[in-house]
Order: sequence, then C-alpha cells, then structure tokens
Amino acid sequence: MTPDIDISAALQAKVLEAIAQGRPLQIAGGGSKIFYGRAPQGEALSVTGHRGVISYEPTELVITARAGTRLADVEALLASHNQMLPFEPPHFTANATLGGAIATGLSGPCRPYTGSVRDFVLGVKVLTGKGEILSFGGQVMKNVAGFDVSRFMAGSLGTLGILLEVSLKVLPRPESEQTLLFECSALDAIQRMNAWAGQPLPLSGAVFDGGRLYLRLSGSEAALSAARQTLGGELFPDGTAFWRDVRDHTYTFFQDDAPLWRLSAPAATPPFDLPGEWLLDWGGAQRWLKTSCAAATIREITAKAGGHATLFRGGDRQGAVFHPLPPALMALHRRLKAAFDPHGILNPARMYPDV
Amino acid sequence: MQDPASQVDHPIPNKSVLITALHRILPSSAVLSDAEDLRPYECDGLSAYRELPLAVCLPETVEQVRAVLRVCHDMSVPVVARGAGTGLSGGALPLANGVVLSLAKFMRILEVDPVNRIARVQPGVRNLAISQAAAPYGLYYAPDPSSQIACTIGGNVAENSGGVHCLKYGLTVHNVLGLKVLTMDGELLEIGGAALDGPGYDLLALMTGSEGLLGVIVEVTVKLLPKPERAQVVLAAFDDVVKAGEAVGSIIGAGIIPGGLEMMDNLAIRAAEDFIHAGYPVDAAAILLCEVDGANEEVSDQILKVREILKQAGATEVRTARDEAERLKFWAGRKAAFPAVGRISPDYYCMDGTIPRKRLSEVLSRIAELSKEYGLPVANVFHAGDGNLHPLILYDANKPGELERTEEFGGKILDLCVAVGGTITGEHGVGMEKIGQMCHQFASAELAQFHAVKHAFDPQALLNPGKAVPTLHRCAEFGAMHVHGGKLSFPEMERF
Repeated sequence: MTPDIDISAALQAKVLEAIAQGRPLQIAGGGSKIFYGRAPQGEALSVTGHRGVISYEPTELVITARAGTRLADVEALLASHNQMLPFEPPHFTANATLGGAIATGLSGPCRPYTGSVRDFVLGVKVLTGKGEILSFGGQVMKNVAGFDVSRFMAGSLGTLGILLEVSLKVLPRPESEQTLLFECSALDAIQRMNAWAGQPLPLSGAVFDGGRLYLRLSGSEAALSAARQTLGGELFPDGTAFWRDVRDHTYTFFQDDAPLWRLSAPAATPPFDLPGEWLLDWGGAQRWLKTSCAAATIREITAKAGGHATLFRGGDRQGAVFHPLPPALMALHRRLKAAFDPHGILNPARMYPDV
Repeated sequence: MQDPASQVDHPIPNKSVLITALHRILPSSAVLSDAEDLRPYECDGLSAYRELPLAVCLPETVEQVRAVLRVCHDMSVPVVARGAGTGLSGGALPLANGVVLSLAKFMRILEVDPVNRIARVQPGVRNLAISQAAAPYGLYYAPDPSSQIACTIGGNVAENSGGVHCLKYGLTVHNVLGLKVLTMDGELLEIGGAALDGPGYDLLALMTGSEGLLGVIVEVTVKLLPKPERAQVVLAAFDDVVKAGEAVGSIIGAGIIPGGLEMMDNLAIRAAEDFIHAGYPVDAAAILLCEVDGANEEVSDQILKVREILKQAGATEVRTARDEAERLKFWAGRKAAFPAVGRISPDYYCMDGTIPRKRLSEVLSRIAELSKEYGLPVANVFHAGDGNLHPLILYDANKPGELERTEEFGGKILDLCVAVGGTITGEHGVGMEKIGQMCHQFASAELAQFHAVKHAFDPQALLNPGKAVPTLHRCAEFGAMHVHGGKLSFPEMERF
C-alpha cells in the first residue's frame, strides 16, 4: 500500500486558482472509468495523491478513507478483517480509486440484494466548486441531521464537488458462496430470477448471458444447502471468476468494440424488442446491450417500460450519453449544479451538456 | 419553546383574502380556518411546541395540492406539509403565518406489484398498511418505526424514518425507489420509479429526510422484501450496561448482522415490564434483545453463536424465545417502552442522538451524571446495533421551569453525541426541536450549502421555513450559548 498523504490544501489551492482564471478542471482518479460519461473537458486535476485509510473500526462496520485510495487497497484491508464493500464496485483497471467508485455510483452484481453505492455512504468531505471544504453525514449508521448531501454526491460524476474523504458502512463477508447454473431462454430467466427474488433465499447475484442463467448464493453453509434443495440447477465451479468478470467487464460478452448500452428497468420487464446482444444482470433490473441501434429508439423503448438507458461505453461521447431529463428536472439539475459549483469549473458537461 | 415565526421573514398575509382564495380551489369542507377546527393541528408528536396556523387544507387530488401551492406561492404564504402528525421533532409544527397542507386524504394503495416487488402508494398511506397489503404475496415493507400503525409513508420519507431493523434492512432512504413531488411553484417532478436507479443526480437521497423543505410528496414507490423464513430472538440480561454494550460489538465482530439489536437500561426495563409483562428480568442493569432472521438453518446456526457470545460477554441470563408468542412478547415490551415510561412520569422528553457504539459507556455515564445534576431521571432505550440512543428524560411540565430544564439537559445530551463523533438526530429529524443544535453540529459553510440546496428547490423559502436548517443569523444568536470551535461543552472529552 502506498503511503498516506493529505493533499487537500493543494487541491483547494488548485480549485481557487481555477475559479480565479475561469478554467475548467477534469477530476482525475485512477482513470479506470475515464470512458464513462460525456467526454471530459478541462485541465486534469489528479486526486490520486490524496490517499490513505483514515479510520477503520471493524466492529463499528465503518471505514473512512481519502478518495484517492485505491479501491483494491481498501478491499484488501477489509478482507483482512473478513469484511467487504457490500456494493461490489467494478474495478475496470487495477488503478480504480475509492473516490471514482463513489463519483460514478456504479455497483456490481449483488446490488439488488445488498444495495447500491449510495446506500452505504455514511459521510463525505468534499471540496466544492466554490473552493470550500465541507463535511456532510458522518461515521454513524443513522444520521438525519441536514439534507443528505453525502448520498447525493454518489453518482454525481464530480460535477458538484471533488470528493476528499468518504465514510462507508461495510459488512461481514458471507461464510460461503456458491453459483448455480440453469439452461433457459431469456424470458424464462427473467421470470425465474424475479420469482426467486420474491422468496426468502440467500441470493447475491443473478445473471443471464444469452444461454445460461447464473445464480449466486451467499450465506451460511446450512442456508446454502437448504436453498439448493429448493432451487435445483447445476453447481458451477468457477463462480468467483465469473462474478468478478461480470463486475469488471472482463467477461467475454464485454470484449467487443460495439457501443455498449446499460438499460435500467423494472426487473421483471419482458425481453426488450431491440436488436443486438444482451447480458441481463441484477436479476433483470440492469441489462447490457451491444448494438448499433439508434439512441432514440433504445431510449423510447426503455422509457416505455419505466426505465432509462445510458450509452455506457463507445459510441458518440459528445452526445446524450445519459437519458435526457424532462425540462423541469433538467432545470433543477442546473440549479443544483450552480448551488455547488457556481462557476461551472468541475467536470463541466460530463453528465449533461450544461451540468 | 422557540418562536418559529421569529425565523421567518415572510409578511403576515391577509387571512381573509387567503381563505377566500383557498375556498375557490377546494371544497368548503377541505379548508379549516376557525380556531376550534385548527386546534387538532397545533402540534405534532412533540406536543411541547404548539402554534395555530392561518388555515389547514385537506386536498384529495394532486391537482388540488398543486392549486393550494400556487395560491400560497402567489401570496408568499409558507406551507407546512403534514402526514399523520406523529413526528417527534416538531417538523409539522404549524407556522402562525402559514398554511398546514394535510396529506391525510391521500390514503390509496395504487399498486402492489409482487413480481417486481414494489408498491406504489399515496403519501397518506400508513406504514403498516403497506406491509399488510403486501403480506398475501409473502412480501413486506422493511422500515418499521414504533409509530408504524399510525405514521404515514409520506412522513416517513420526509423524515427518513428508521425503526428496530435498520442495521440489516436500512432506513427509509434504502427502501424507496420513486417519488412524485410537487415543488412550491407547482411543478410535478417524477424522481426514480420502479427501476433500481434513475438518470441524473440522486434526488431521492436529497428528498428523503428533507423534512418538507424541498417539495411536497404526492406519491411514493417503495421496495418490498420477501419475509424472512424465520426470525428468532434472544434476550440477555447484564449486571452492567458497559458489558451489554461490549456484547453488541462482539456479535457484530463475529460477522453476524442481527435483524434487530436493542438495549434497554434498568429504568426502561422496569417501566416496560410493569406495562407489558414481557417477562423481562427487572433486576438487570441492562437487557439486550438480539433477533436473527433468514433461512431456517441459518437462524438455528446463528442463535447458537449469539448465545455463546452473550455468555462470554458476561450475560447473567440468556433466554431464547420458546415460541413465536414469546418472541412477540419480548418485542412488545421494547416497542411499548415509550408509552411505558409515559406511565411512570407525567411527561417525558425523547432524545434521538446517534454515537459510535464504542463510545457507549462514556456517553451513558455522562448522561447519568447530568441526570443527577438536573435532578431528572433518564430511561435509556437504545437501537444498539446502529448506535442510535433514545434517552427519555422524565419530567413534569406542570412544575414551573421543569420543561426548560429538561430541554437544556436534552441539549447537553445532543452536544455530547456530537462531541463523541455522532449526530444530534438518528431518525426523528431536526424539525423545530433541534434547530439550535444544528449550529453545533455544522459549521456555517455547511449550513450555507444546505440553504443553497433549499434555494435550488424553493427559492422563496416557502416550504416549512425555519425548520431543519437554521439561518446563520439564528446560529450567531445561539452561539452566545454554544461557541463553535472555541469554548465547547465537554472540553475534556476526546473528539473526532
């Protein structure tokens, strides 16, 4: 692990300078998700030097670390106490940082069963576009003092502030994990995944890759063997590698240059009538689509089902990468952006053209 | 008692003009303006604070809510939204120059979708009614505040309500997927929905717990969970509160996340036992209730582990509920702890701080010292798993000056929670009650940022103004009592 360094004063000076000169900044972590969102603009401001775990209390289930800390280092420390980040964040490269994981708000296959990134955020220290260092939330599980700005930061793509420190709730690692395999159709997979999710089963992942349904169970040995009696299926021996590959997009499905779409929709939505190749994750609530189909068509069909579509990787990074918002919501986004970054210097246009 | 009107600089509107305008958009039975009709709305669950509004509106359609907001917006009249009025921090306390907007008539469950495991409900639906509607499908809505038979989901979202199962199943913010919200100028915003996330900023996080300051919630989509196959509870008695606190850390350290993990001290135990006859050991200094839930086999496994940990932690008695009836009995005592304390004292004042669990013993001993100093007994009820303390200060409002001393004592408890790295409110909200303590927990730059967020939603500051986030002016006045960064309460305590 690299040594702990606090460079918040230097980062603050950079932001104040950028404000004075009206120069936009692109916040740079490990660069593992630089492909995500609209094309970055402005001078790169590296935050990877701001690193180190500030406190970790396994029996309190809370860790606080600087945002530039490598995700792998955080997870290794937790693992040494038999704990984990419960939202299974992707590591698209080994350089992925904690701050990047929070700022992009991406969660792994366990998300429907344990929760998302923001569900586990307890507090943040953030450097806003006004050049102020502010603290919100804290290091306790329940805290309703003031607006929940810390959770609001999750997924805001650095457009509101530079994350300096993050406090997260962590959980014990499950005693045991198993992956079950079923051969079925997409429609059948969606029905099964949702029927199972409505029963008290120890599910922690459900993926359909086009031909096979993979179901991950996490819990005590006793609970897992009981669940297997109910579920049937075939025991899949390479579960650990499979779930890591799905999480990090190193699974064969993702080895492709075609534009990759992420569709988020109610889990039981029947298969979409859109051309391309599909991988269904999150029990059907997150669907990956490789397609050259027009954005407008994808968005119209997803929205009709009550969902939204993101151009996750590839395609036109200058265009509408995220699902367009209705005018009143878009206007509110602009006002919120202005409330945190009135000069528009932090990751401008990374989310929407004027946010 | 703080004067809410002093915080709000909106002019006093012409009452008769306002009432006429409201009658034009609502049926006459949906506008209350006579003092005797307004009286039931003068307070919420924090009855020490009372105020009569100019009017109470009881709309029953979204269009009517929008019309009320537009009238108030155009006349610059503040609006306080209200659910069942069970809140404990004065969040629904009326403003003398404002209108109370009751959502009580929005009582319809619009949809239960067992396949997608969601329910879409109107804001006035009671918390427990959602679980009852989902029960035929083996599903339930997880957050269960003690007031769940009465409190509404709209109020739960506004306060980010908790309950006894938060450590494992989260707060309201973890269990809400979508909202329909009317802004003060009458725009309808759809935030999230039946999918697990929505595009753009996480406005659900911002709305949840915003105490009616950002928008009026007119529809809520909640997540439903499968009912655990089995739940089992263990009751452990301790001759020392500190040992009980350490047992909590040992359970979690062993990798067990209980569905519920509650602690009560001797005064709370005796009050609850006297009221409910739950079979609590009345001589114990503290009891822990530890419930594990999940698959049948897993529960059996974990109960054995929990019993062993509790014994090793020095429990004088460890009892597993023999059957479902006894399990419910154990919980009934805990859930009735507040009213039970109400039976042994003319009045009680419920505090709601959260602390890092490891600081429990020093916090409890400080509270005991303060209790002696003020001559006011305290019963402690504690969501031990997530560090959320509910000290109940026993007092008599009819004794001159006792409420004031109780509030001062309560304020010191909250300062203490902040001093050990915790927060002034875990689940009851700031409301009017803890507005002063907010100045202690947050520096002025953070408070200014909160106001900037509020301004983005409600530029005229007409939604529940003066609650939840203090003005910097107010904090400057409050600073005469509590100096931020300089002279602090409890200067001798280790701080974060």
